Amino acid sequence: MEKILTRNWGKESSHTLEVYLRDGGYEALRKALREFEPRALIDEIKKSNLRGRGGAGFPMGQKMSFVPRGTGKPVYLCVNADESEPGTFKDRYILERDPHMMIEGALIACYAIGAQQVYVYIRGEFRQQARILDGAIREAYQGGFLGRNILGNGFDLDMYWHTGAGAYICGEETGLLESLEGKKAWPRLRPPFPAVAGLYNFPTLIHNVETLACLPHIVARGGEWFAKLGVEKNGGTKIYGLSGHVREPGLYELPMGIKLRELIYQHGGGIRGGRQLKGVIPGGASCPILRAEEIDVEMDFDALQKIGSMFGTGCPVVMDETTCMVEAAYSVAKFFAHESCGQCTPCREGAEWIRKIMHRILNAQGRPDDVDHMLDLCDNIQGKTICALGDAAAMAARGFLRKFRDEFEFHVRHGRCELS
Amino acid sequence: MAEKVHCTIDGRTVEPRRGQTILQVADELGIYIPRYCYHPGLSIAGNCRICLVSVEKAPKPQIACYTQVQEGMTVWTHNEAAQKARRGVLEFLLVNHPLDCPVCDQAGECWLQDYYMQFGLYTSRLREDKIKKAKAKVLGPAVILDAERCILCTRCVRFCNEIAGTHELEVFQMGAHEELGTYPGVELKNPYSGCVVDICPVGALTDRDFRFKARVWYLSEQKSVCPGCATGCNIRVHFNQKRTHHALGKRVMRLKPRYNPHVNDWWMCDEGRYGYRWIDEGRLLVPQKRRDGTYVDLDWDQALSDVASGLRAVMDKHGPSSVAVLPSPQQTNEALYLVRRLFAEHLGVRHVDFWIPPATQGYHDDFLIKADKNPNSAGARLLGLFPRDGSPAAEEFLLNHGPLKALYVFRHDLLGRYGEEALRPLLGNLELLVYQGTNRNATSRRADYVLPSAAYMEEHGTFVNFKGRVQRLFQCLEPLAQSLPDWKILVRLAVLLGLELGHSGQEEIFLDMAREIPALDGLDYAALGDQGVESDFSGIPLWPKTVNRQRSNVSREQPAHLPRVTNDE
Repeated sequence: MEKILTRNWGKESSHTLEVYLRDGGYEALRKALREFEPRALIDEIKKSNLRGRGGAGFPMGQKMSFVPRGTGKPVYLCVNADESEPGTFKDRYILERDPHMMIEGALIACYAIGAQQVYVYIRGEFRQQARILDGAIREAYQGGFLGRNILGNGFDLDMYWHTGAGAYICGEETGLLESLEGKKAWPRLRPPFPAVAGLYNFPTLIHNVETLACLPHIVARGGEWFAKLGVEKNGGTKIYGLSGHVREPGLYELPMGIKLRELIYQHGGGIRGGRQLKGVIPGGASCPILRAEEIDVEMDFDALQKIGSMFGTGCPVVMDETTCMVEAAYSVAKFFAHESCGQCTPCREGAEWIRKIMHRILNAQGRPDDVDHMLDLCDNIQGKTICALGDAAAMAARGFLRKFRDEFEFHVRHGRCELS
Repeated sequence: MAEKVHCTIDGRTVEPRRGQTILQVADELGIYIPRYCYHPGLSIAGNCRICLVSVEKAPKPQIACYTQVQEGMTVWTHNEAAQKARRGVLEFLLVNHPLDCPVCDQAGECWLQDYYMQFGLYTSRLREDKIKKAKAKVLGPAVILDAERCILCTRCVRFCNEIAGTHELEVFQMGAHEELGTYPGVELKNPYSGCVVDICPVGALTDRDFRFKARVWYLSEQKSVCPGCATGCNIRVHFNQKRTHHALGKRVMRLKPRYNPHVNDWWMCDEGRYGYRWIDEGRLLVPQKRRDGTYVDLDWDQALSDVASGLRAVMDKHGPSSVAVLPSPQQTNEALYLVRRLFAEHLGVRHVDFWIPPATQGYHDDFLIKADKNPNSAGARLLGLFPRDGSPAAEEFLLNHGPLKALYVFRHDLLGRYGEEALRPLLGNLELLVYQGTNRNATSRRADYVLPSAAYMEEHGTFVNFKGRVQRLFQCLEPLAQSLPDWKILVRLAVLLGLELGHSGQEEIFLDMAREIPALDGLDYAALGDQGVESDFSGIPLWPKTVNRQRSNVSREQPAHLPRVTNDE
């Protein structure tokens, strides 16, 4: 299959402008500025069926069309490079290997929505990636791709980057905006949505790094071409990040809608040591876990939702038969309890309570009603919080509890794991 | 007129204004939706989630405090889904909350207790240890924090950011380990810091002045007006009558702000809040006269007849211009009106002035605190109790050795203000110095006669605030010991001086006053209610120059040395 997003990754110095230009870099920007009116550009993106790669899978073209025009207010683009979802490591590679593809995508998005400033919000731990991006931004200014009168088309754009301090909540889009404004990253109440009142209360579009990296290709080769790469309502290719108990963990660029089984067994080389698969978290820790028998599902937003899970970031975490699912669930619960921003009650208290109950079970002090109790706590969290991270904590825990209830009950009854 | 929308709440069809929240509409309908973080005076945080309600066609429950009503919306505030959400939130809030209500100062006025009884009533499912946090952490001079009891609703944080504008508080850490605190090196020390205790729905923020001094269910409550400055913030007085031995005989336990959108909204300043101790401390208890350098107790009849004959003697010997009267802007209108009737009109005393300028200008800001630390300067002005027609101001006739032979002082501490030295010529010349007031001070200790007055909480009456708002005080307590309300003392004194005022209560006095003062036209106590009435002070209508008990043309004189009264603010 043709590599699109990752086409430069194997090349020497792939992060430099020189290498990026060699293969037609920034030509899509030139085309966008010359051949497209902003509205037509958004229509083209709509045709591509590109959905946000940050986890929620919102159709990108539609999101862009929410940004009001001609209000006289500044419009901002924020790039969400706060990649913190456990098991997810795709954006960092784009920033490392081909930052110009993201920059070009951001330029195209800004032209489409009329933004004149881009803020790239980078995860605090991504120091090296921030350095590389900084170099790329400088090169882009020098090459005339950022700054005033870009490519002689009268289009102006400035790009700034800012690092977070390592909090998961900063990846939540309104938490990101708060953090960028210099405040604590407590997500905002919606409405208004950021497209109407975002950064500094001005219309703001927030996009994931990988999503933006798709734009140059959509412009260069057309929305319909991009849509055809994937499946219905899920256009394009995707950088899948495979981790866990597979023989060959890593990033694989493959079409949207590929079967999870194919991803694990054909591309990832199957389970390490010839063991049996036990479960897969399909797209980062927020997504409810699947049992081994469910992996014939297509990796796209709709198919996974249909079976009660989520596509998320498209980065599956694979667990083999040696995995204690109570321990795995505890480790996920611990993450969500630790990363709850603490603003609203259900997530703040509920995530920690679930963690404590799982901890108690692992310490051989489980009680017969613990599983049902935790499921009820999940009900009391999900749909009752300010942002989606409460939902994520509840859905992740519920996934383990439902799919591997027998293991929890074994722990409760025997005070130990059935594997030990 | 704002646009109306049509919606249904709990089966009742309503037409609220567009932009109103579900919670506001429910409040108007008398449907109570619980709330912690929501406070009508603060921005909406939406973080506690206790106000979740069911909205038909919405995929999940919505917070009533933030969600605006929409055309065609159907809301259920107490259906099964809403109740489950509410119980779930309550359970979460109590997971790490100590369940030691009997030792908590908030018990009895705690919203966790109340809502548990109203909406909770579940059996605890908690088997885990609670998270330990800071206990009894002093945040500032007025407020102490128990972080374990805090439900992190951020009302206090928002108060400091939005109302006080001082930004001392923040929620630190993350998740279940979050704690309220002050920024490093910062104290919660702003002029309104006590308000965070009022708005804290739980026992997290308590009042260092009040905590552990009384159980709230033993307290009685009455409405009043703060006498601390010219704003006249509406307050509730909490006093202890049911368990007097609990507070070593102290009656007043605390003051709380009382909502009045025309004056103070939900707030009051610390200066006013903690300025109540004089009600129970250092009071004058019995009428006294000075004899041979010490004071002897008198009964009221004796004291008043001595004062009356003393005044009469000075007037007969030296004429009315040898007498000066200093009414106080701390007194009610009712008392001031009788001062006017008795001294200015009946006895013809010309040296009358309520205004003793303070030594230094008081602290003031652009919110509630006024430099004029008197609650009723406007009332005293309205009643014309200041020198006119070329008469000197009080400071002038006190310090420049006027030919005064008798001085009748209400509440002012002249010696405290000017010092013994400056007043020696005056005092040396006086044949009679009467002090009528509530508390001992340097002036009461020099007076020939001391007449104990009731304090503002011990009588009914009215004050006029700096904007001309006439507000009622309600009697909370009986006058301490033998003290009497000023009006009673004046009515009795007037009889002895040949004036039959005939008043038998404060409202009667008010009605007489209202008939004569244009700014009070048509008012009575019922009309004032508990929120007061803004009277028309344009042009500052003053007491009629020629007094004939009939309405006459009013003087528009505006002496420059007095604090301004204006409706303009």
